[in-house]
Amino acid sequence: MSAISRDDVAHLAELAHIAMSDEELERMAGELDSIVDAIASVSEVAGENIPATSHPIPLQNVFRDDVVGQTLTQEEALQNAPDAQDGRFKVPAILDED
Amino acid sequence: MSQIITLSAAELAAALRAGEVTSVEAVQAHLDRIAAVDDAESGVHAFLHINAEEALAVASEVDAIRAAGGAEAQALHPLAGVPIAVKDLIVTKGQPTTAGSAMLKGWMSPYDATVIEKIRAAKLPILGKTNLDEFAQGSSTEHSAYGNTRNPWDLNRIPGGSGGGSAAAVAAFEAPLALGTDTGGSIRQPGAVTGTVGAKPTYGAVSRYGAIAMASSLDQIGPVTRTVLDSALLQELIGGHDPKDSTSLPEPVPALSDAARLGAAGDLTGVRVGVIDELGGEGYEEGVKARFEESLELLKARGAEIVTVSCPHFKYALSAYYLIMPSEMSSNLAKFDGVRYGQRVLPESGPVTIERVMGATRAAGFGDEVKRRIILGTYALSAGYYDAYYGSAQKVRTLIQRDFEAAFQSADVLVSPTSPTVAFELGAKIDDPLAMYLNDIATIPANLAGVPGISVPGGLSEGLPVGIQFLAPAHEDARMYRVAAALEAALEQQWGHPLLAEAQDLESAVAAAKEGKN
Repeated sequence: MSAISRDDVAHLAELAHIAMSDEELERMAGELDSIVDAIASVSEVAGENIPATSHPIPLQNVFRDDVVGQTLTQEEALQNAPDAQDGRFKVPAILDED
Repeated sequence: MSQIITLSAAELAAALRAGEVTSVEAVQAHLDRIAAVDDAESGVHAFLHINAEEALAVASEVDAIRAAGGAEAQALHPLAGVPIAVKDLIVTKGQPTTAGSAMLKGWMSPYDATVIEKIRAAKLPILGKTNLDEFAQGSSTEHSAYGNTRNPWDLNRIPGGSGGGSAAAVAAFEAPLALGTDTGGSIRQPGAVTGTVGAKPTYGAVSRYGAIAMASSLDQIGPVTRTVLDSALLQELIGGHDPKDSTSLPEPVPALSDAARLGAAGDLTGVRVGVIDELGGEGYEEGVKARFEESLELLKARGAEIVTVSCPHFKYALSAYYLIMPSEMSSNLAKFDGVRYGQRVLPESGPVTIERVMGATRAAGFGDEVKRRIILGTYALSAGYYDAYYGSAQKVRTLIQRDFEAAFQSADVLVSPTSPTVAFELGAKIDDPLAMYLNDIATIPANLAGVPGISVPGGLSEGLPVGIQFLAPAHEDARMYRVAAALEAALEQQWGHPLLAEAQDLESAVAAAKEGKN
């Protein structure tokens, strides 16, 4: 049985904000299925008493003084924006019309 | 081919100090070589951007300081005036940074990465930006949105990846030094298949600030060079604590070049070299295994004690990596949404809302492999699967760290082939993601555990380079450089020249390839 269906990929693509055609969804479902099959073995050895490692070399309490450091100017921050107005990033409508 | 470009960085630095050559001559010689061999259609195509004007300006500044003499000349960094190429994942002011992605076409960073600030302060002219798999995701450079790089040993073969551009540039004598990034082998595997040296420092030994993040707990910037000493010198320059990277190690840079020089002097008496039982055998080409065995004999002849170590959980490393890496990168790449930088693409039909603009932007801006990994990461992190996949992978990470700890009880450094195969033909694995992922089977454990690794040329198999990988405990980069330099010296003594002296006449090969296309 396939672990990842076309509908699953459609849902994941929505979560990840990537528009996909039907053809892409089908292809991706097949590819991901074989990849997930190949990597599912991690659960075989992950016993309950084994702690998780999120970071290779743990460092603790990495703080800096609470002072303003180097920052970008407004102009620098906006120089690569696809659209800007009045010193701000300009975006399309945030809410659907309906 | 100009003599200047065949010098190592250390040799070129000495020639510059002695006044035998100027930095402007050195930069120009490399620019000429790039013009001769780097054609995008038929040549190596290591570079995405050439920074000639600025590189020559920095070079002439160094030459002027040297000519004037005095305290300022004395204070010049030992590598001042030696040109360098930079992987296009590392941000640079004044030059575009694309990450090999259509998403960032033409993007100009408003700031420099910390490693770039250090390179500028030391006055190394930056020749340009090198090609890579999109957002450093791949093992062949075929996933670049700007066309693949070609292997200087055989223009029909891959240069490795993701940092194929940096490795190929150095192998093709287009630059003596380059910067790479290594998340699962992206410095070491290209080094192996191009007959060059690539080092992944201990995680945190070099600041990641300004390297466009792929998987933050795995990414590491490191040197790409033709000799072990050059890698040590470059890591000394770019390493050290950086307050802008909270994961950077708060400790001074060890004396890496001294360690490389000590190693090259030859004696390895008392050094225990551990052969990792799990990284070899099935899946490794015969020619790779043969060069590996010969390298062990040479290390033994120099006094090293060869022991066998077992790392039983390494067989799960690839699986853990392909859960942790996509999970982290799916999160890191969420920022490419068509709002603050990069491309913005409007949906072809229907309402133009921000959600739909993001969907269209990311559909157009990302290539297939990046999309595949984003979806895989989103899956591994999603409710109901998190514990089984991402959680389990993090536990495997602990088991791999324990394997390393145990192995380093009986060995000072570990050794394995860098890559199971030599460079394969362009297109051979592009439609089979799993086959492509297996290229990194020997390099991934180091990233999961944060330990340093280096690949050095180990000879040829069917005319193509084989890489030998050394791994050392975290913070013990010096040990890795010492043993790697010892093997390099022993092999070059046997061959009578560096491995790259056996590579094809590239200018003729590129001319023939151009002819063939016309």
